Amino acid sequence: MKTKLADYKGIWVFAEQEEGCLAEISLELLSAAKALAEKRNGAEVCAVLLGYKVEELSNQLLAFGADRVFLADHASLEKYLTLPYTRVVGQLILERKPEILLLPATSLGSDLAPRLAARVKTGLSAHCTQLDINESGELRQVVPAFGGKVMATILCQNHRPQMATVRPGVFRRRKPQEIAGTIENIPVEIKSEDFAQKVIETHWEKRPVQSIEEAEVVVAGGAGIGNRQDWVWVERLAEVLRGAVGGTRPPLDEGWIAEEQMIGQSGKTIRPKLYVGVGLSGVIQHIVGIQDAKVIIAINHDPKAAIFQSADLGAVADFRKIVPLLVEALKKK
Amino acid sequence: MNIVVCVKPAPDPKRWDTIQLDSITKALQRQGIPSVLGPLDKRALEEGLCLKEKYGGKVAVMAMAPPSAKDNLMEALAMGADEGYLLSDPIFGGSDTWATSLVLSRAIKKLERYDLIFGGSYSLDGSTGHVGAQLAEFLAIPNVSQVAAVENLEGGRVRTRCHKEFGYRILETNLPALLTVTREVNTPRFTSLLGVMEAEGKPLVTWTAVDLGIKAEEVGFKGSPTQTSDVFLPEMKRRSEIITGEPEEIVKEIVQKIRQAIG
Repeated sequence: MKTKLADYKGIWVFAEQEEGCLAEISLELLSAAKALAEKRNGAEVCAVLLGYKVEELSNQLLAFGADRVFLADHASLEKYLTLPYTRVVGQLILERKPEILLLPATSLGSDLAPRLAARVKTGLSAHCTQLDINESGELRQVVPAFGGKVMATILCQNHRPQMATVRPGVFRRRKPQEIAGTIENIPVEIKSEDFAQKVIETHWEKRPVQSIEEAEVVVAGGAGIGNRQDWVWVERLAEVLRGAVGGTRPPLDEGWIAEEQMIGQSGKTIRPKLYVGVGLSGVIQHIVGIQDAKVIIAINHDPKAAIFQSADLGAVADFRKIVPLLVEALKKK
Repeated sequence: MNIVVCVKPAPDPKRWDTIQLDSITKALQRQGIPSVLGPLDKRALEEGLCLKEKYGGKVAVMAMAPPSAKDNLMEALAMGADEGYLLSDPIFGGSDTWATSLVLSRAIKKLERYDLIFGGSYSLDGSTGHVGAQLAEFLAIPNVSQVAAVENLEGGRVRTRCHKEFGYRILETNLPALLTVTREVNTPRFTSLLGVMEAEGKPLVTWTAVDLGIKAEEVGFKGSPTQTSDVFLPEMKRRSEIITGEPEEIVKEIVQKIRQAIG
């Protein structure tokens, strides 16, 4: 049976929430969906919200761009689990036939999206950095491959919905509007085989004061910092600039930064006003995460470091000599 | 305990700087770059081997890849896997993650028994991270993503610690289940000379589309729901101003640039 493409309408966003808190990415995806809807004859933008006692989040979704919220509020959806969530969203897709479905490339969304795409038999692209509608009305999905060395445009021509995931920080949320739209409760019918898994415990680590995606200034370090003692210079420079600290893969492996602070293809995409890279060579996997920064400054002792080609200003020098002086100079104002 | 480990041989990242686009066909030129197992492939295998050592059973390693990936499967056998399965057929070429998962699922169904399937959270090259969950869906078994530790395995259930933003979750999942692992899960063992010698005597089977009962329209470019419409190398260069010299001079220029940037 061939999918009748014309039957599929509307642009949907999976709205991620945890413990009654809407994830920022949900609003970013609504902003992307709104932009696509304008190019798709003002298609309806819908948010799909699952959880337990989360109805009040619907208003936020309506304020940030949703025309309709599909709300599945049920005790068995309180904590995210792959199978119950796939069941509910999968069923809704089959019944209501969206043309496009955007999901967050978070740990939750990256688990749900592929399972869902396999369930409803459609295509899925991962970690889109650009989304657009082409002349044929199809969703153009630009994705990185080979660590960002290569970019590819993905289409899903014969199946619907066209599904894509987007990492946090790629799009910006819109300004909230006056609430106009509908909240529609959807039935929750979960089957016994969906309870093959349960959450025993959830553990939270301390969140950084300022998340790296939202920071206006980011100071990042790499393997060239060498040891934990010298890493404090990255932190001090960030502190004096009231910025966030980030890093490449080696500082994560060394334990100098947390997973949430890693910038690049398998980490965060940032777009601060100012990025300062210290002691990092600038491998492509990192550069793809910083290329949207307004100003890039790099400090590295190796004049051949690749980071200099992607920087606005590059200082060829030992950071141990430069950064302490720089911190002092910036303190003076 | 019957364990299947799915791996994804991919072009060696050390050689990615030689990847070029054919100026006429716009096709990706990656010939001559040898394929390797990624760090997550090796961790997935290590986890399978550790569980086998603890609970007995066997570990099968499996990849959908061109014939040259035999070398990668030999490496996995040398690390300690008991048998290898290479799913290889020209009609598999161009498969997206959906079609790849379909092929893997047919091969796993052909195995007599499986309790646990392991894979990396994402591959080296495409890095979509889709195949684990899609394969589990085709096998109609639960999947667990971003496994940072396998904590317990008893009573037909596996307890895992799973990474999430700002923390982790402990999940318990009924077997059979598919687990995709992160870098934290373990440190993979090195291959010993003895392991390399033993690998020669282990079964390494190639299954084609016919062996798996797969038709051409189910896989490859035809069977994949997604199409790659174009490929390009992004331009990320900026007009770099490079400064050298005395630290004081350098600092002065950096301060000026910072003030311009953030006012």
